[in-house]
Amino acid sequence: MIRARKLGKRFGEKRVLRDLDLDVARGAFTVVTGPNGSGKTTLLRLCAGLALPSEGELEVDVPRGAIGYLAHEPLVYRELTSLENLDLYGRLYRVPERRERIGMLLERFGLWDVRHDRVVSYSRGMTQRLALCRVLLHEPELLVLDEPYTALDTAGAELLDAQLAELRNERTVLVSTHDPDRVASLATARLALA
Amino acid sequence: MARPNRLSLTTVALASAVLVIVALALVFFVAPNDANQGFSQRIFYFHVSIAFTAYGCFAAGAWKALRYLWKHDPRADLESYVAIHQGVIFGTLVLLTGSIWAKISWGHWWLWGEDELVLFLVLYLFYCAYFMLRFSVDPGPQRANFSAVYALFGVVLIPVSFLAIRIARSFVHPEVFTLHGPNFGGWILVTYCVAQAALLVFAHALYRIELSGKRLDLRIRELRIA
Amino acid sequence: MSYFADVGALARKDLLLELRARDTLPAMLLFVVATFVVFHFSLPAHSSQLAASGLLWVAILFTALLGLGRAFVPEREQRVLDGLVLAPCDRSAIWLAKSIATLAFLVAAEVVALPVFALFFHGLSGATVAGVVLADLGICAVGTFLGAMAVATRARDLLLPLLFLPLAIPIVVGGVGASVVSAPGRYLAFLGLYDLLFGLLCWATFEYVVTE
Repeated sequence: MIRARKLGKRFGEKRVLRDLDLDVARGAFTVVTGPNGSGKTTLLRLCAGLALPSEGELEVDVPRGAIGYLAHEPLVYRELTSLENLDLYGRLYRVPERRERIGMLLERFGLWDVRHDRVVSYSRGMTQRLALCRVLLHEPELLVLDEPYTALDTAGAELLDAQLAELRNERTVLVSTHDPDRVASLATARLALA
Repeated sequence: MARPNRLSLTTVALASAVLVIVALALVFFVAPNDANQGFSQRIFYFHVSIAFTAYGCFAAGAWKALRYLWKHDPRADLESYVAIHQGVIFGTLVLLTGSIWAKISWGHWWLWGEDELVLFLVLYLFYCAYFMLRFSVDPGPQRANFSAVYALFGVVLIPVSFLAIRIARSFVHPEVFTLHGPNFGGWILVTYCVAQAALLVFAHALYRIELSGKRLDLRIRELRIA
Repeated sequence: MSYFADVGALARKDLLLELRARDTLPAMLLFVVATFVVFHFSLPAHSSQLAASGLLWVAILFTALLGLGRAFVPEREQRVLDGLVLAPCDRSAIWLAKSIATLAFLVAAEVVALPVFALFFHGLSGATVAGVVLADLGICAVGTFLGAMAVATRARDLLLPLLFLPLAIPIVVGGVGASVVSAPGRYLAFLGLYDLLFGLLCWATFEYVVTE
């Protein structure tokens, strides 16, 4: 599903990724680890299609609409409500039965009661949950998650655990995390960046 | 690794030197004096040639920009930038020579009635903003994209501005100048053609020099990172 | 067509954001009226009516700039633009939707500004209003496009006027011509041409402004 050969990425004078080979098979659950600044976010951005490689080649066999990317930032409008945000993304991703799906996700992640509140009033943890809803909304084939456990409280983290376990069988997942033990049971492959 | 060029840089530089000398000789010694404006009119040979050369540079910049966006040719970004840089240099000369001519012929350093000069001023502002844009973004694919798109806007702006300035005449300045329209016969035509050719070749030589310099720069930086 | 559905969804979002924030439109209104007052003091006693008409266009241009500078700010914050770019929709829809929303604000400001201008200075001809409408299209199309670039640079607010003004000069020529000359048809046609050419260019190249 993802194939990278001698992948490199440079930002001006700074080289962030160098000579990276990567193979992610369909249905795999790949965990990416590495210290800060090792290029995890850059790698994930490349796989999601938000950046182009500076060197080498990268092939992602999935169309844009079938990728779900969770970034460091939640990628939601703070002045809109969670319902409005998800409705927008639902329309853009042409999600069938949009309203039902949004309702289900909000409920699953415990945001149903605050769905009419603007995101600016949410805590960081709630915003992260909303970001997860956004990522899962269109049932993507490939999930690219950049440190998804950030800011989640215990309850939220457990929700995510359950969700990932469920997805693991049906989707391809590429996750970067500072806490590899948490997802160790699900992982089928590991990549450690220096 | 440089693409093999049709002509080496030395050839181009020599050709431009020869042409410029011949052009200068023709302009100052051979071409006849203009009946109305006398000796000062000679600056016109250069003014008009430089103007067309500048347009040529901007057009080349836009062409390279198109190649960058369309064919993803990575070298095209630098080529586009250098072409536009040359265009701005020649554009400055257009404004300068135009201004000098205006002062000598009409007694004013600037003439709003002189369409081509006003057009150049607008384009000059546009392309100066190009540099501000370019230097406000870190080097990388985003900067190259922005520069290329903006260069395309420039090339569409040229005819649109030209038209705008033309139609603005009816409410901006009623004055009409009889300018660079001497009878284009005989030696005047020859001189003009030689001057134009000289400047185009000269511009190309400068372009090649600057391009190779910048490429070297880039290569050194790449080696340093790797 | 799904393209227009996307544009609709995005434009709705932009209008909703402005309705919530309620800062850009009031600022534009206040700015344009204040500018008119400044004009009154800038025009010496025996200035022609035509001078005032010319200044109307200056006011429109700078009021538009005020709004345009804010256009992509919500997307800039926390990189929400990435979220839109990831979606399977055509990227030019992002530009079109934003232009439509900006156009709505500009028109809303002008609905107040033009009568105020008529009140302070002199009446407005139909040609002027037609000119304003056509000019608004061009201003919003090009301005929104450049705004998306400007917001991604270091210089940000500084850069937008520099990028925009040279491109706006033909609009001013068209607009002032339509307001001032007795046969405005030519100028209105020119504005239409500008809108068409630059609209097409923006639509075709926006993709490159938001992707690498």
